[in-house]
Amino acid sequence: MAKTKISGAKAVIESLAQEGVDVIFGYPGGQVLPLYDELYDADIRHILVRHEQAAAHAADGYARATGKVGVCLATSGPGATNLVTGIATAYMDSVPIVALTGQVPRSLIGNDAFQEANITGITLPITKHNYLVQDAKDIPGIFKEAFYIARTGRPGPVLIDIPKDTQVEPIEFEYPQEVKLRGYKPTYVGNEQQIKKAASLILHAEKPVLYVGGGIIFSDACEELLGLAEGIMAPVTTTLMGMGAFPSNHPLSLGMLGMHGTRYANYAIQESDLIVAIGVRFDDRVTGKISAFAPNAKIIHIDIDPAEIGKNVRVDIPIVGDAKNVLKNLLKYVKQEQSRTEAWNKKIAAWKKEYPLTYKKDNFLRPQFVVEQISEVCPDAIIVTEVGQNQMWAAQFFNYRNPRTFISSGGLGTMGYGFPAAMGVKVGKPESTVIDVAGDGSFQMNSQELATVVQNDIPVIVAILNNGFLGMVRQWQELFFNRRYSQTCLTDSVDFVKLAEAYGALGLRATKKGDVKDIIKEAVKSERPAILDFVVEREENVSPMVPAGAAINEILDLE
Amino acid sequence: MKRTLAVLVENKPGVLARVAGLFSRRGFNIESLAVGVTENPDTSRMTIVVSGDDHVLEQVMKQLNKLIDVIRVSDLPAEEAVNRELALIKVGVDSTTRAEVMQIVDVFRAKIVDVGIKSVVVEVTGDESKINAMEQLLRQFGIKEMVRTGKIAMNRGAKVVQTEKKA
Repeated sequence: MAKTKISGAKAVIESLAQEGVDVIFGYPGGQVLPLYDELYDADIRHILVRHEQAAAHAADGYARATGKVGVCLATSGPGATNLVTGIATAYMDSVPIVALTGQVPRSLIGNDAFQEANITGITLPITKHNYLVQDAKDIPGIFKEAFYIARTGRPGPVLIDIPKDTQVEPIEFEYPQEVKLRGYKPTYVGNEQQIKKAASLILHAEKPVLYVGGGIIFSDACEELLGLAEGIMAPVTTTLMGMGAFPSNHPLSLGMLGMHGTRYANYAIQESDLIVAIGVRFDDRVTGKISAFAPNAKIIHIDIDPAEIGKNVRVDIPIVGDAKNVLKNLLKYVKQEQSRTEAWNKKIAAWKKEYPLTYKKDNFLRPQFVVEQISEVCPDAIIVTEVGQNQMWAAQFFNYRNPRTFISSGGLGTMGYGFPAAMGVKVGKPESTVIDVAGDGSFQMNSQELATVVQNDIPVIVAILNNGFLGMVRQWQELFFNRRYSQTCLTDSVDFVKLAEAYGALGLRATKKGDVKDIIKEAVKSERPAILDFVVEREENVSPMVPAGAAINEILDLE
Repeated sequence: MKRTLAVLVENKPGVLARVAGLFSRRGFNIESLAVGVTENPDTSRMTIVVSGDDHVLEQVMKQLNKLIDVIRVSDLPAEEAVNRELALIKVGVDSTTRAEVMQIVDVFRAKIVDVGIKSVVVEVTGDESKINAMEQLLRQFGIKEMVRTGKIAMNRGAKVVQTEKKA
């Protein structure tokens, strides 16, 4: 019996359904009309953004919050190129998204047709893999592979470019049960011998530090991490991407390390005799001057991506594998050895006491205070951030206890990421309070999405730490460019309360400390999209700070 | 230091761009690159000569392996592999020099594959140094045009570069 044929567009929708996709963030256009026509009847929620960049960030936020693959959709040419920043953001932070783009009909490809852009070429360096559909009958196989590649191994974005004529071509649809990729077989199980060697180093270390990142969260290894840390009584420092992987109020927590990390995390790294690095990539914002990083330590590096091992630092024991899997095995060989690290933990406790993360506690409304109040009023919130000072304060002063509760553009550092990502987070986690800790600069990069959150009733809260500056750049200008504030002043650029109201969202403002809690509570209670305009001290600095090019123990306190 | 890599890839459009793009964006230098289909029509084999130290080579291999369309990457150390390159060299000749050119070609066990009134085309196969030496000697007669394939290489003995990646 001949199978009934369906259009390529229908095959796309069927493939998405097979992958369990329940929501798409997108924006229509000429070369995706057949797809949007199929979406009209489909059982998949589509959220119409106001700029394609936001669709990519929303898919990314959705993926980070839920662990599922996020999906965004745009038309050819400018629609596709508008996704690029979002795809690059996801690539740098290993976030599984599938981006779908329309393309001009096959016969026109290469002719500089209207709204044609070579998006597979453009995204080559910022996708884990990408596809141009050459034949409609390849659609099911390509979708199966794309979702598999996006979510397995080291996750990452995959783009599928779909020419318009393949969307209308009839095909026999059969979704493949498995993928067969000769060149893609991620290693999940760590080498047993290497794990034994690592265990032996760990048991002999007197000053161990666990340095952990996003890999712990992606592989769902928080429990195993806690087991290891408590088992060997080793302190844990997390990267920005690793916030939430280890409870920040745990006695063994050192908080974040690196440029704006805690003094005690950086000191611990520099004095350590063994660093166990898990799901991290020794980024320059973490290591500072690389030749001076952890000079006394042996390094065990556990990562699912072999290319990360030995890329930036020499490693004594490399272990390629999935963090959860490797840690489970490692725990078999590591027994409690409290006495060995007792002196070390005492030393760290003294540092913690001497150099706490703090700020000036006076009557002025300071941004750190706002973040602390958010942490108090909404301890279970998912915090999303923009990029810059707001991001660092959000990392420093909120008490993270669970994975997937801190969502931020770490690698690419994309201003404008937070608000649309928060939208995706809220769609994926509708029961959670979702707060975008924003700066007045970053927020304005994607503030058009207020229309989207109002239209689709996605009640995210944007907490703007409004200092009328591009604060982080201003901070650098203050410190290294003789306070010449070149093009960083945004004073009186917009009334955020009126902006919120113009879109039909709730707008509230706080100018003094006493108002902060009230407006946070009011926003949460309203269950509406809300903008909170916190008019904070203008020239507050993120402190402490390791100057660029310095070793991470050369850390300064800034007033 | 120059190293030779055998890279098995899916025989699909766009794969060369992925490989070449990787080299340029990661700042690796390609000295030469030769591509052709293997005994399996689904698979192409690239021979890439790359310059860099052990650390660079390790990164090149790891980054290549990350590409989904790359099936296998093997390092072929010079002493354990047969290395060959082919060049076509068009040399200007006249009645007085033709014989001398033919003599050099003979010594090198090269071939003349086209004879014109004012030129001959020489085909030479060998390792890089042989082709360089040939070029050097022919230069005095005037090289009008030259094309080289880039190096291809294969392990000596029974050792083979497998098409199927082991799990």
